[in-house]
Amino acid sequence: MNSRFISAALATAMVVMGASASAEIKPADVVWEDEIAIPASLTGVPGDPAEGMKVLTSRSLGNCVACHENSAMPDVPFQGNVGPTFDGVGARWSEAELRGIVANAKNTFPGSVMPVFYNDDPADYIRPGNAYTAKAYDPETFSTLLTAQQIEDVVAYLTTLTEY
Amino acid sequence: MKTLTLSKLLASAAMCAVALSGAATAQPHPDAELIIEGELQLKVRSEPAAHMDGAVPEIYSGWLFRADETRALQMDDFENPAMLGVEDGEAMWNTAEGAAGQSCADCHGDAAESMKGVRAAMPKVNADGVLWSTEDYINNCRTERMEADALKWNSGPLNNMVAYISVQSRGMPVAVQIDGEAEPYWERGKEMYYTRYGQLELSCASCHEENYGMNIRADHLSQGQINGFPTYRLKQAKLISTHNRFRGCIRDTRAESFPMGSDEFRALELYVASRGLGLDVEGVAVRN
Ligand code: HEC
Ligand code: HEC
Ligand code: HEC
Repeated sequence: MNSRFISAALATAMVVMGASASAEIKPADVVWEDEIAIPASLTGVPGDPAEGMKVLTSRSLGNCVACHENSAMPDVPFQGNVGPTFDGVGARWSEAELRGIVANAKNTFPGSVMPVFYNDDPADYIRPGNAYTAKAYDPETFSTLLTAQQIEDVVAYLTTLTEY
Repeated sequence: MKTLTLSKLLASAAMCAVALSGAATAQPHPDAELIIEGELQLKVRSEPAAHMDGAVPEIYSGWLFRADETRALQMDDFENPAMLGVEDGEAMWNTAEGAAGQSCADCHGDAAESMKGVRAAMPKVNADGVLWSTEDYINNCRTERMEADALKWNSGPLNNMVAYISVQSRGMPVAVQIDGEAEPYWERGKEMYYTRYGQLELSCASCHEENYGMNIRADHLSQGQINGFPTYRLKQAKLISTHNRFRGCIRDTRAESFPMGSDEFRALELYVASRGLGLDVEGVAVRN
């Protein structure tokens, strides 16, 4: 019973993984609308706002709060103010626009200091490094700053921030 | 659709303005004055040099962006941990090293006289037309004149000697030359300053020109001046060199950095030093 349940769960998990792997849209294949918005999900799997919160605050992931304040997270220390506050961001922008900003903010805000989180082409950068080692990038491991699913998670969380 | 987008952009621009004005408390200290031992006042704010061409309205020492306790440390030589390095540098100055059996003092005498103003003009072009940092001049005397080994870039002994030489320029205005033979180096450094390195695509200017006064996570961004170097960093609990700081800042953009002591960093050092024309040499600063 128990083991049957587990194998059933595993089978489901594999189906989900298989589905997301095949449905995942690579950075080069993203379809933009009006050059700033991405209407379609990057994975087909709904974003998880709780995971999105982790990405927002974790230094090793999005580290968005390094530059943005978010009064919905009063417990997170040291919120930066290089960018605008996240308060009301879900009311200012549609889901598709938020996806566009998180994937490549430079389309919406030309010349922005906000990093591009969804681009895996080292040729687009000047002296790209191997993470924070100060060494040259490794072609084997160079990847987007956030995965497609992490972007979906962040977008799912940002859409909940409708209060100013 | 386009107008809708535009109005949203305007709305977010307004939010930016709110963020900026809300950060007024994070600007450089409005009226603190840096007076060492109650005697020597150092210039920590100034009109920018003409070459800055309006890039910033005023230039500020990094000292003005630090917390009260950190600022206080630099005003008292007994509290300033960088002064221990200066003492070690002084001892080295007077000690013979290398096959020629000579000390720095044997040739240069009293550093208070012979090294006065030297740090203020660094980096500078040498007799062969090559841009050198203070470290290069020291190592050249060691290898060519004392027949001793070159000291490793950013090593304790080399930083201590640079610190000792810097103290002899304390309170003197930054005086780097940027024209004539220095100009091509300066241009190279300027180009680097505005290059958006790494996967985060950030230039020195992204943080230290466009966003000084703002907070990036726990860090209060200064203008990234080098008039206080070498600097005692409380976080690292030691003296660090200019090039070490540059290396760290470039690494933090997820970039492949340049080596300390590279021609690239010498050129960048000259340009960054010239952004501090108008400030005094702090010899030697305390930062977090
Ligand atoms: C290095 C600083 C920096 C980081 C890190 C950063 N941003 Fe931004 N962001 C900005 C700036 C600055 C703007 C304002 C646009 C502009 O003028 O460049 C902005 C704008 C935005 C906007 C539009 C805000 C509005 O109300 O108009 C959103 C949404 C956003 N960022 C989300 C994120 C997310 C999500 C992350 C993390 C995955 C992130 N940012 C990381 C600097 C940053
Ligand atoms: C054998 C003599 C000799 C010794 C020993 C010596 N130097 Fe020199 N040093 C010179 C000479 C000669 C110059 C070039 C003088 C000039 O151009 O003004 C020079 C130049 C310098 C300069 C550049 C000064 C400037 O204004 O451009 C520095 C800095 C310096 N020495 C530091 C040191 C240090 C530190 C030591 C000990 C580690 C040392 N020197 C040991 C002879 C010596
Ligand atoms: C992502 C933002 C960022 C970028 C890009 C950056 N720095 Fe920094 N830098 C910092 C922070 C944070 C500090 C520590 C706080 C301060 O003094 O601003 C710092 C400190 C410094 C300091 C020490 C200032 C002092 O008073 O002791 C210097 C010098 C400096 N940076 C130079 C540079 C140069 C040159 C570049 C370009 C190669 C650069 N930085 C790029 C964030 C940055």
